[in-house]
Amino acid sequence: MATEAVGEETGKLFDFKPMDQFILEPLFGDGAVSLFTISNATLWLVLTVVAVAALMVLGTSRRAIVPSRIQSVAELAYGFIYKMVEDVTGKDGIAYFPYIFTLFMFIVFANFLALIPMSFSTTSQFAVTILLAMGVFLTVTILGFVKNGAAFLGLFWVKSAPLPLRPVLAIIEVISYFVRPVSHSIRLAGNIMAGHAVIKVFAGFAALAVISPLSVLAVTAIYGLEVLVAFIQAYVFTILTCVYLRDALHPSH
Amino acid sequence: MEGDLAHIGAGLAAIGSGAAAIGVGNVAGNFLAGALRNPSAAASQTATLFIGIAFAEALGIFAFLVALLLMFAV
Repeated sequence: MATEAVGEETGKLFDFKPMDQFILEPLFGDGAVSLFTISNATLWLVLTVVAVAALMVLGTSRRAIVPSRIQSVAELAYGFIYKMVEDVTGKDGIAYFPYIFTLFMFIVFANFLALIPMSFSTTSQFAVTILLAMGVFLTVTILGFVKNGAAFLGLFWVKSAPLPLRPVLAIIEVISYFVRPVSHSIRLAGNIMAGHAVIKVFAGFAALAVISPLSVLAVTAIYGLEVLVAFIQAYVFTILTCVYLRDALHPSH
Repeated sequence: MEGDLAHIGAGLAAIGSGAAAIGVGNVAGNFLAGALRNPSAAASQTATLFIGIAFAEALGIFAFLVALLLMFAV
């Protein structure tokens, strides 16, 4: 993905290259991007980790009774995810709170950093989101078998359904279980990629002087929407992780 | 105009986004209808709302995936 540019035709009224922003480029020198090349994606992934670490370390270093602004943000994020894990997964899901909180902070910061103009949107890369989603999928599956043993397979055997229906439902449940990492990862990458491409397309309309004020307005509006989407997609990714975790801990529907 | 059948297919797959829009709108609209009848219970159900939206959206995302595959992989 993102190795081909679309809109190669030049000499047209609108010369869009909305997908060019997702191209991986080496940071130092030029040449092909291989497995260990330090690319622009690497830079922004590192910046994401640094930003998350900075917020949480600075935010929790003082531990004042009257919190500073940065401490308030850190506490707010912690409390928000803690409550989500408790509500969705239940009391025994709290043990996995650090993993879920890490996921949320990483994704939300990656999404917000991607909204800085000229930055690189790491979560628009399928490689990044598939890694995150496969991590969740494997964790949840292994956890389910470790915690419940063979009883974890009861997740696919719907007890509340009539007996003749159960084999059919089992097939559907198995398929939907294995589709989870696909939809989990593509949802995040797809939303971020589509949003950024839309911003670029509307920015391209500014090339025509007559509609350029409209273009600026549209870019502003869509940018506002993208700020919302950046948060909501991180929220959705996290809450689905919680749901999958609940299924693993309590497989009997 | 240029392009081939794969591009037409990608455009057709984009119809799936509209179908996902109907689904997401249905979920959110019904949530709002319920929430206005009983606002005190609405706050506890926002998580369910987002899960519902996510599931409705997943199939639209598959349409997007098909479009991407047709554009770049075929």
